Amino acid sequence: MPSAGPARAAGALVAAALLLAGCAKQEPGAEFNDPFEAENRAVHNANVALDRTVFGGGRPDRKPFLPAPVAAGLANFSDNLGMPSAVLNSLLQGRPDPAVRNAARFVMNTTAGLGGFLDPATAVGLYAEDTDFGETLHVWGAPEGAFLVLPLAGPSTERDVAGKVVDFVIDPLNGAFGEPEKYYVAAAKLGGKVADRQRYGDVIDDILYNSADSYAQMRLLYLQNRHYELGIEAEVFDPYEDPYGQ
Amino acid sequence: MDSRISRRALIAAVPAGAALALLPRGVLALDVGGARALIDKAIGDVNRVINSGKPESAMYKDFEQIFVRYADVRYIAQSALGPAGRGADKAVMNAYVKAFQGYISRKYGKRFREFIGGRIEVTDARPLKSFFEVISVAHLKGQSPFEVRWHVFDKSGKNQFFNIIIEGVNMLAAERTEIGAMLDRNRGDIAALTAVLQKTG
Repeated sequence: MPSAGPARAAGALVAAALLLAGCAKQEPGAEFNDPFEAENRAVHNANVALDRTVFGGGRPDRKPFLPAPVAAGLANFSDNLGMPSAVLNSLLQGRPDPAVRNAARFVMNTTAGLGGFLDPATAVGLYAEDTDFGETLHVWGAPEGAFLVLPLAGPSTERDVAGKVVDFVIDPLNGAFGEPEKYYVAAAKLGGKVADRQRYGDVIDDILYNSADSYAQMRLLYLQNRHYELGIEAEVFDPYEDPYGQ
Repeated sequence: MDSRISRRALIAAVPAGAALALLPRGVLALDVGGARALIDKAIGDVNRVINSGKPESAMYKDFEQIFVRYADVRYIAQSALGPAGRGADKAVMNAYVKAFQGYISRKYGKRFREFIGGRIEVTDARPLKSFFEVISVAHLKGQSPFEVRWHVFDKSGKNQFFNIIIEGVNMLAAERTEIGAMLDRNRGDIAALTAVLQKTG
């Protein structure tokens, strides 16, 4: 029974994740569930300082860290390696359609896309449907928990942190790469993150360096977009009930 | 005597005017078709600019004009300012709205740079609460298509949009957070906020 160990470990992690995700409840009347705001702001400030050092703090004369074609290749490669995990999560969510689509993408980009460095699937309209164990937890009914800012990784929630840990453990590609290869793969994935930071450079620079309160802005944008991804209905803003826009 | 009657008529006319403003929205000019046509036209203008091949700096200017033409910037500015705008001096408010217009057109004009070479398509429109929502999809080079929703009303008497929601991210909410933080930094002084806005975006 060689697989019993990891399976049991994953089961324990899921249980721990659900427990963790249930721990912080939103204060009544508060706009966000952010009981760790002081700690989050400290981590956010450290993240911004690091980002400024590495990516230039939004200065227009700053040269990109990676040349554009290299960045695109690394982003594609790392996105492609995330597909098996997305397929698994779609199945855990009981959603076969995105699972089939992402599996087809993985096959096409790994072969015709030269190991995933190119993205012919998107070119033919077979788009990625990103998902993760954080979304699986949401589908299973776990509450979002508190807003958190992680060192390096940035904005998240208690539920999504739990999801990240579980994703790391249950990734179908775990064990797919041998001793030297897995370090190259890890390096390429890190490169993919840098590439993504570059690709959305202007928008991210705008939030981090041009906002009056970059923490508040990032928290708002992250949570709104995350809720949209999860299919949580946003509160609709009605101008006829707005007392201020006279 | 005459003047008193006319004054009374005038007083009677005020509630009638107020009642007119409270009529169900459908009675007035805007409907689903009108909202959709407005956004179709705005997007047509945007598409023309992003495929014009002009230098980027010239495109920003065009985007600013589109924003001012199709959005109710006064409403967006006042809503973003929130309770602080109540009871503020009229001249101070007008100056603020004018500065906000420049700020928001520059800021969102710049954002449209990512749309260069792409296209946006209106896919649906529907009534929502007391206004209309027009749903569009942006197709950008090498990216999965994403959804852009436009909220349209005729509060100012003209059909204009007052909110854009890009993949769940709500412009009005973002600007409330931003303007709120700027106002705090300026200790609640709207004139000081206006001076900062003139240099931001």
